[in-house]
Amino acid sequence: MRPFKYQTASTVKDAVSAASNSEGSKFIAGGTNLVDLMKEDVERPAALIDVSRIDLRQVRSEGDSVVIGAMAKNTDTANHPLVRMNFPLLSQAIFAGASAQIRNMATNGGNLMQRTRCVYFYDTSMPCNKREKGSGCAAKEGLNRMHAIFGWSDGCVAVHPSDMCVALAALDAVVSVEGPGGKTRAIPFSEFHRLPGNDPSRDNTLENGDLITSISIPKNKFAGNSYYLKVRDRASYAFALVSVAAALEIAGGKVKDVRIALGGVAHKPWRAKKGRGVSERKSCDK
Amino acid sequence: MRYIGKEMSRVDGVAKVTGRAKYAVEYKVNNPAYGYIVQSTVAKGRISKIDTSKAEKLPGVLKILTHQNALKVEEEGRQFRALQSDNVLFCGQPVALVVADTFEQARYAANLVEIEYAKEEPSTDFSATPRVQTRGPAPRGKPAEEFANSPVKIEAEYSIPIEHHNPMEPHGATAFWEGEKLTVFDKSQGVYGVRGHLARSFNIPEGNINVRSLFVGGAFGSSLNVNYYPFLAALAAREVKRPVKLSLTRRQMFTGHGYRPYTAQKVSIGADESGKLRSIIHEASTNTSSYEEFAEGTTRFGRTLYECPNYDSPYYLLKTDLPTPTWMRAPGAVSGAFAIESAIDELAYELKIDPVELRLINYAEKDPETGKPFSSKALRECFTAGAKKFGWEKRKFAPRSMRDGDLFVGWGTAVGTWGAFQAPATAKIRVRNDGSLLVGSGTTDIGPGTYTVCTIIAAEALGIEPKKIEFVLGDTELPKAPSQGGSITTASVGSAVYGAAGEVRRKLLGLVDKKEGSPLFGAAFEDTELVDGMLRLKSDTSKSMRIVDALKEGGVEYVEVEYQSRPSAERQNYTTMAHGAQFVEVKVDESLGIIKATRVVEATACGRIINPLTSHSQEMGGVVWGIGMALHEATEIDHRYGKMMTTNLADYHVPVSADVFSVETDFVEEKDEIVNELGIKGMGELCLVGIPAAIANAVYHATGKRVRDLPITPDKLL
Ligand SMILES: Cc1cc2nc3c(=O)[nH]c(=O)nc-3n(C[C@H](O)[C@H](O)[C@H](O)COP(=O)(O)OP(=O)(O)OC[C@H]3O[C@@H](n4cnc5c(N)ncnc54)[C@H](O)[C@@H]3O)c2cc1C
Ligand code: SF4
Repeated sequence: MRPFKYQTASTVKDAVSAASNSEGSKFIAGGTNLVDLMKEDVERPAALIDVSRIDLRQVRSEGDSVVIGAMAKNTDTANHPLVRMNFPLLSQAIFAGASAQIRNMATNGGNLMQRTRCVYFYDTSMPCNKREKGSGCAAKEGLNRMHAIFGWSDGCVAVHPSDMCVALAALDAVVSVEGPGGKTRAIPFSEFHRLPGNDPSRDNTLENGDLITSISIPKNKFAGNSYYLKVRDRASYAFALVSVAAALEIAGGKVKDVRIALGGVAHKPWRAKKGRGVSERKSCDK
Repeated sequence: MRYIGKEMSRVDGVAKVTGRAKYAVEYKVNNPAYGYIVQSTVAKGRISKIDTSKAEKLPGVLKILTHQNALKVEEEGRQFRALQSDNVLFCGQPVALVVADTFEQARYAANLVEIEYAKEEPSTDFSATPRVQTRGPAPRGKPAEEFANSPVKIEAEYSIPIEHHNPMEPHGATAFWEGEKLTVFDKSQGVYGVRGHLARSFNIPEGNINVRSLFVGGAFGSSLNVNYYPFLAALAAREVKRPVKLSLTRRQMFTGHGYRPYTAQKVSIGADESGKLRSIIHEASTNTSSYEEFAEGTTRFGRTLYECPNYDSPYYLLKTDLPTPTWMRAPGAVSGAFAIESAIDELAYELKIDPVELRLINYAEKDPETGKPFSSKALRECFTAGAKKFGWEKRKFAPRSMRDGDLFVGWGTAVGTWGAFQAPATAKIRVRNDGSLLVGSGTTDIGPGTYTVCTIIAAEALGIEPKKIEFVLGDTELPKAPSQGGSITTASVGSAVYGAAGEVRRKLLGLVDKKEGSPLFGAAFEDTELVDGMLRLKSDTSKSMRIVDALKEGGVEYVEVEYQSRPSAERQNYTTMAHGAQFVEVKVDESLGIIKATRVVEATACGRIINPLTSHSQEMGGVVWGIGMALHEATEIDHRYGKMMTTNLADYHVPVSADVFSVETDFVEEKDEIVNELGIKGMGELCLVGIPAAIANAVYHATGKRVRDLPITPDKLL
């Protein structure tokens, strides 16, 4: 891989200012995605700012939400009592992804930011608009069995590969971000990732130097009736062909609220809003 | 038998799990440099420009080899040789080798080698490739005519994608020169083949080269033919005058060592209403490269499978701009069996005859091809034992008739066969008067447990506990043995060890049988045996002598023998094969297309079992392999670019533990005195042959859907 500078950041401020001071830099957390991409010469950061030591590893209750730190490991998040009690859907989704070893390294921030697994994106000798603007999309007429069904554009038919994000989309999470100059933002999950449109190079709405600090999930009444289902080519350690995060709030034998999000079908976790209208308020017979 | 047939843990197990066992690029050598291969990004054309100047300026870079400065070697067949010309024959072809102080420096510099190509249109699309017939056996009887006249007919087409071996250990070599002498540690299935190849490449005597392959982290055929990289490692070492370690990355392995070819097959079966087969026409096409013909006899094994008077098995090659395929576990046999054994199942459903029953109706009592008797064939017994263990009699014939809650349950069966081959092999044994014992042969152990079974055979024949025996292999300094492939090793090398032990006994007896007063005075060789560290008379076991005492008596420090075993002439009068009946249960979630192979029973007849433990582990490995082939594995190609795309372990799916459930094995032992003295056949490939078909048949039974193109992924059931 190409040589790069490496520095660690111990606070959010450090990280953000290091990023704005260093051209072509990237944050690195668990490294499970970024290092692979660097080895393949897809990502070529001039500098890495290691954010994994920033103290944003907690999962805590805050008012009506549960807030999970951006640097908390996927495994620790999935196992955390607050997550398991309030959002078993999220635990299931995280455990459906990758392998135990990778989940032990992977962070929540990194999970949101992981890049597509499109084979052409990974191959620098192939046309790919996401990797190299204007070079074309090899997948559109090529190997695209696992690519987008919804929301794709002529420029890119890739999907977002995360399982965790599908649950977060269903649960209406909010992503907290701190950017250059200490500017903070709270981005509703449905607005975090974007569709490819005519700029597939951008997976999400973060700007250069924006650091995800935490993800907060409003408490809800779905815990008793939720499920993450993932269909894949083998029983474990494979990306979703299709996945569904489904949650129902049931009261007095009636469905009060429904959430459905689909994974592996679009450039972002796909909220099925129509399904909602149809099933809501129907009586249910468990 | 004291040791043969008893369970014994792997003698090299501790070394492997503690890291003491060293693999090809793990050897500690002094001041190594590291190589990194640059691969072509186009599939066909010429290199019009190659500029290494930027890469050469990087720190740590020692040398960059390209076709412009690399040693040219004599053409050796049509085998691909690296860096010989500007010709690009496949995508991923090595076009430069960077050698640097560290692996990362070499890898970085590889990115900066600038190459331009004069591109040509590659052709890799199998369906668009004209097929060329290969030479094969003449038809038996009148297959076309008899097929036309048969009252019951099956005609179906099957396909299997390119598959890759994906052993755990990446291919690689460590090479160094000491003056004119070259040493190479290679991941190899046959050290002699590598040595010959290097000798011809550098035009130096074989005696100047030592090739070692002491441990191999799986190879499955991918290291049977000599690959291109050992030469590159040796060449680089000569150029930079330092040891060089060269290892392929996982991605590079996909074009670095060959693969199971793409296979398209058509099976036409004609039968009577009673189920008797009248005619089989089994045709297959497999892909090869543009520069070399690789054929694997896909249609050959079918010819001996059933009693069927009319048979044709045409076989075609498809020339493509891909690298040459190679041997991959049960080459030809498993691909052929997928088609034939699926078609037999289709016939069973056409006739409404139980699939086991149909196979027994057409049981070949003798080789239908040659009329020769089988040296042994306990396939019927395998069916009986396997069906019993599996509970086959509870099977409901109709598809979609068995359920487990929401899941459809399917039970399928298939036959596996593989030849019981043997090749000449030599072993040596040295027994010292301090009681130590060295047994060696230049074979390899790519994982089946050769270290262990050869130790067991030596222990049995020498009457010495296995733990006192050191068995060594994987070194061209040792006597010659065949490459480990074709499931021949135990039969070949085991026989050599056994024979060598007999010669040791003869020598020991020679030391003491002429001395009056010796308990073995005048003893006949045939009446002696080695047991418990003693040489003794069979007829009177009280007449005995410790082996060490015999050596002392004879006044020698040690006796040493080298013995070559050969396949017996008697084998010519027989067909020698191993057989198995394989039973699979699948559970299918039809709404999601998810298939689980929940239960596998393998009943196997492959002669004498030397070590039930390693045999069971071979069989399990074969089953897992078959599950992968049936449900998961595919190397996908983008034909527009002529490039393999799923070239890593995230996109090329092999089964994970969660895909494997119960695997039971049952060995139906055969006493076969014809194959070799110990009655050993092979099993490492046999165990896999019927599995993909059995799974596909089970999926049909579960769902009523016949999937004829592998792998059976969820989308194919929806
Ligand atoms: C073989 C394999 C299989 C996998 N299978 C699955 C699967 O089935 N399902 C699934 O969901 N995932 C899967 N993954 C992906 C895995 O979940 C991600 O690699 C992981 O979540 C990334 O987290 P990380 O901390 O290692 O990120 P890194 O690799 O460190 O970083 C990834 C990206 O995120 C950026 N980044 C990291 N932290 C922050 C932050 N706080 N703010 C802003 N940017 C940040 C980095 O700059 C980088 O661009 C798989 C990965 C592998 C290698
Ligand atoms: S789908 Fe997107 S990521 Fe894949 S090749 Fe096209 S542009 Fe690149």
